[in-house]
Amino acid sequence: MDFEFSEDQKILRNSVREFLSIECPTSTLVREMELDPQGYSPGLWKKMADMGWLGIVFPEEYGGTGQKYMDLTVLLEEMGRSCVPGPFLSTMLCGLLILWAGNQQQKQTFLSDLIHGNSVLALALLETDGRYSADAISLKAHPDSDNYILNGTKMFVSDAHIANHIICAARTANDQAYPEQGITLFILHAGSPGLICSSLGSDTIARDKIFRMDFIDVQIAKNHILGELHLGWPLVQRLIEHGAIAECARMLGGAKRVLEMSTAYAKERMQFGRPIGAFQIIQHHLVDMLTLLEGSHYITYQAAWKLDEDMLCAREVSMAKAWVSDAYNEICINGHQIHGGIGFTQDHDMGLYFRRAKAQEINYGDADFHRDILAGEIGLI
Amino acid sequence: MDFKFTAEDETFRQEVRAFIDKELPPDWTGSPWVGEPEKETEESWQFAREFTHKMQAEKGWLTMHWPKEYGGHGASAVKQCILYEEIGFSRAPLVDIYGPNMVGPTLIYFGTEEQKKEHLPRIKGGQVIWTQGFSEPDAGSDLVSLKTSATEEADHFVINGQKTWSSIAHYADWMFILVRTDPHAAKKHEGLSLLYLDMKTQGITYTPLINIARGHTFNEVFFENVRVPKNNLIGEKNKGWLLAMATLNFERAFGIGRVGQINRWIKELVGYVNEKKQRGELIPAEALVREHLVQLSIDSEVLRLLAYRVIYEQSKGRIPSYEASIQFAFGAELMKRLFKTGMQILGPYSQLGMESKWAKLKGLMQRDYLYTPALTLAGGTTEIHKNIIASRGLGLPRSH
Repeated sequence: MDFEFSEDQKILRNSVREFLSIECPTSTLVREMELDPQGYSPGLWKKMADMGWLGIVFPEEYGGTGQKYMDLTVLLEEMGRSCVPGPFLSTMLCGLLILWAGNQQQKQTFLSDLIHGNSVLALALLETDGRYSADAISLKAHPDSDNYILNGTKMFVSDAHIANHIICAARTANDQAYPEQGITLFILHAGSPGLICSSLGSDTIARDKIFRMDFIDVQIAKNHILGELHLGWPLVQRLIEHGAIAECARMLGGAKRVLEMSTAYAKERMQFGRPIGAFQIIQHHLVDMLTLLEGSHYITYQAAWKLDEDMLCAREVSMAKAWVSDAYNEICINGHQIHGGIGFTQDHDMGLYFRRAKAQEINYGDADFHRDILAGEIGLI
Repeated sequence: MDFKFTAEDETFRQEVRAFIDKELPPDWTGSPWVGEPEKETEESWQFAREFTHKMQAEKGWLTMHWPKEYGGHGASAVKQCILYEEIGFSRAPLVDIYGPNMVGPTLIYFGTEEQKKEHLPRIKGGQVIWTQGFSEPDAGSDLVSLKTSATEEADHFVINGQKTWSSIAHYADWMFILVRTDPHAAKKHEGLSLLYLDMKTQGITYTPLINIARGHTFNEVFFENVRVPKNNLIGEKNKGWLLAMATLNFERAFGIGRVGQINRWIKELVGYVNEKKQRGELIPAEALVREHLVQLSIDSEVLRLLAYRVIYEQSKGRIPSYEASIQFAFGAELMKRLFKTGMQILGPYSQLGMESKWAKLKGLMQRDYLYTPALTLAGGTTEIHKNIIASRGLGLPRSH
């Protein structure tokens, strides 16, 4: 048992942090991208690709570095700390789906491009009722000679507007008793005819660029099925687990930054002739934040470790996502309380984290969603 | 980062379970509070003493983390965690955690060779019970203001004063005590020394303190001209405060046993709720009950990781300070929520005690619930722990 990072992981973290402090400051690029319709910097994307970040979890034969999900988690934590905008997470997760389920041709076609920073991928999973469950997938895919015809609606698709390819979970067979069966993954070109992308607004809470996608008789070749017909749900489930931990990593990074800012502020802000950090109740707020944070750290990395070991870990993943989701939001609320009025101004970074805490909680299942899963995991009938 | 339990770890876990299953009677309801068995009967106390002695004599597990030269196995952090988790889960009684986990390590780090030779073998053998003499009626959280004095004579210290909250002092063989050896020191903490004393020494008397759960777990202890050999001084005279802080840190580092206790209760409550459902009984506010149990299990997992982390730090030769307080305070508060939920789940049956044949879950929930006010007081109040975390963990200025 080892509760410390390896030397390589420490080096990775330090280099990422240094890079991002220069290339992605919260004072400039992050705020600019919130207002920018594209929402990400292609220049930064290329630099990230050149640093090998896009290839961390992919094999060397495609240009990756064959590292572990744990290493990606370290990277994501730093990206969360720096509020890095753009399609990194969805591209990574789509890449993993291709790695797990793609045939040789698909892996060759998609992975190398992705790793070298030449393509962006988006994941179309949620539908209009916004649930991460098999029975919520109703977008239909009908077979028609060599193709499938897709009709239906996907919601909350991140970065669909800049994606080159979309991975979509569709229903190819309907058995009401077993909704987990009959789900198939398709990979399609973002410009496919019949695919209509509508922005969900430029004022989303974290200024993420998210979209509704209407599929109107969208034709996809049968060889664009990822994995096996009707058997896509286990992949989606595993993907949701990875996505949940990826968001935990980002939330963890943001939470650490919030505690850092709040502690620093408490030491320098003077009222009543002393720093407010000398008042016990402020101290205890910060201590509560630290407790939530330390719990978040270990529970996230434990889940990442289990995913790397290919273990069944629905319990650990859901525990992590539930805890960290609650913790990050709570840490932000306390952070605002400690900063007082100044933290409530747009110029201050507190608002960046507060807004992201909500968005990142939502992705891949919020705290209640995961608590629901856990009821079964702890043996409640 | 590696969270693996090796095959060897799992074998050890099975070995611990086998020992406990063999030695513990199936109807055992002894206190789960490690080191503070509730004296329901002399028999249960005697059993607790024998169980501890047997575990040490046959397995040496309680001191397995000690360096090999003092009889330990140099056991890994994981094994210690496994041991205490299993002990906590099984509610097995341990009469003395002070010896193996506080006094022993303090002597190993700070004692003379003579002191180590005298005490370490007996602690290792599970043959002695230690009690703590720190708090006084006027010195609780403000421990440094304690007044029990030790005046120096040729070969002895002479102790006068009073200690309170001394757990199992009524059964203890030895006490480690913090006393004032220099009443004129410029700062209060610079006049304190840490000694140990034989509880049979003339001049020591005690009064039981019965707690709200009707248990006799702690005492007031009075010292009237108690003569203690100078050799009983641990470390240097007037430098006892730091040692005392170190021992307190060893005490609070000890949260892993709670994880086992908590998980045992969660398992029993899940079973209770499931059985009701299977019998077709309605569960009031079932959705809330489910949510409480789920949240408790999430929090328990977080506690486990934080408690393992502390033991891991110690195994690396580091001295966790704020880390120990974090899991201690979090664990105490979690247990309070656990028993609050447990009582709610049992509904009106929750008020029945162990003597009632209609009580559910052997009436243990009521007893454990009655101990909950002490959880955030004993071993350092939550407020004090948060102050420690604030200064040691966050570098904030003293608030008092």
